[in-house]
Amino acid sequence: MRYSAYSIIKQALSGNRLWKPAWREPEPKSHYDVIIVGGGGHGLSTAYYLAKEFGITNIAVLEKGYIGSGNVGRNTTIIRSNYLLEGNIPFYEFSLKLWEGLEQDFNYNAMVSQRGVMMLAHSDGQRDAYARRGNAMRMHGVDAELLDRKQLQALMPYLNYDHARFPILAGLLQKRGGTVRHDAVAWGYARGADMRGVDIIQHCEVNAIRRDEQGRVTGVETNKGFIGCNKLALATAGHSSETARMAGLELPIETHVLQAFVSEGIKPAIDHVIVYGAGHFYISQSDKGGLVFGADIDYYSSYAQRGNLATVEHTMEEGVSLIPGLSRGKVLRSWGGVMDMSMDGSPIIDRTPIDNLYLNAGWCYGGFKATPASGFCFAHLIAKNESHHVSRFLRLDRFERGHMIDEAGKGPQPNIH
Amino acid sequence: MASLITCPHCGTRPKEEFSIRGAALARPHPAASEEDWHAYVYLRENPKGRYQEYWHHAAGCRRWLIVDRDNVTHDVFSVTDAASIREPSE
Repeated sequence: MRYSAYSIIKQALSGNRLWKPAWREPEPKSHYDVIIVGGGGHGLSTAYYLAKEFGITNIAVLEKGYIGSGNVGRNTTIIRSNYLLEGNIPFYEFSLKLWEGLEQDFNYNAMVSQRGVMMLAHSDGQRDAYARRGNAMRMHGVDAELLDRKQLQALMPYLNYDHARFPILAGLLQKRGGTVRHDAVAWGYARGADMRGVDIIQHCEVNAIRRDEQGRVTGVETNKGFIGCNKLALATAGHSSETARMAGLELPIETHVLQAFVSEGIKPAIDHVIVYGAGHFYISQSDKGGLVFGADIDYYSSYAQRGNLATVEHTMEEGVSLIPGLSRGKVLRSWGGVMDMSMDGSPIIDRTPIDNLYLNAGWCYGGFKATPASGFCFAHLIAKNESHHVSRFLRLDRFERGHMIDEAGKGPQPNIH
Repeated sequence: MASLITCPHCGTRPKEEFSIRGAALARPHPAASEEDWHAYVYLRENPKGRYQEYWHHAAGCRRWLIVDRDNVTHDVFSVTDAASIREPSE
């Protein structure tokens, strides 16, 4: 069924009883051309683009929970492409362009809102660094504007401009950045993939990867039995080390918990996504009115989807330091998601030493904004056995070769990388 | 995450006094191969469950400790001074 104004009117007149589930719940077949482990945003978008762009439809997506239960529903929903390094800008800009056409493409309302992402500078050095970053972006054809204090004050009067230690001096604005309703991204990709014949199998946990004498992957052992495949793709960020271990691989990744928070609903106040440059705090306001914000990881290895109080306190302190009015608000909910923290803070979309095993991992803080490009590039890699040109730097062996993409130096322990 | 860590020198202290360096790996010999150094610097076993990490009691005795804990349940099994587990080569 295509969603349209007509379909909504028709359903309204019939008491909304004719809606069909957005995707099937099939039993797994005994063999697929491609199995994707992980039914998160990246796994689903990979399946969607494999079916739509690369003509491979005999695919299963195996998800151990239910669709939308993992990190695709646990982020702060920000999209942007304001990066500095060559390995990153074209990739994230490709992603942003896909976001811009996504809803028309998969016929689903994901509430893509290009409200602008503002990164604040609090010192002369940081302002210069942002000017450089803005220039790098514009050289790559990405929009960027450096705003001075006066322009910022007109746009965001509620910020703490005269903070004694971290005054706000300037801001780098990417107007095309913004937010997206994250659950709808998972549902839209799941529906789009399912319509093209992809089997989405929920509550199906992979326990082992089976390989033949030559080392090639032949399939996976799951709680629903053995499922064979020609190619196996891992998109299990958060648990990448665990799934890769089943194939005997050790990754440059450590798993950490990252928390996010939502306040009670308030009247429209914050029109943009704002990123605090003196700490690592980011905030936006959802369409329901809740302030959605987050900060750093908890900085200890954790597979638990819950965080520590000290980091909650730190996040609130950063928020109030940037926007004093926040102190009057109340936090409604908080949650944690587990991140693949790669050693240079950048992701991996690459082949592995095993011939027909492909890896999508290491998304650190930034997996959500990359969802469309990650899926597209991973699908390209799986279908053609070669990297898409915008993801060619995101290689697994870059640490060995000394070609790290250390955009922010934000690995699990930034002190050593 | 456990909020209290029992330091062998200072007793039971809040975890905010500590900074965490990461996996307690054996440092390779300076003349070890590039593969060994690459594995030491970049690769992590990253198990879901029991894990041994170097913790620094930064706001206490300033000793390096090895904390043996579970990264899902947050149980702490033991905290020992890192010097007590010296590698044989050193």
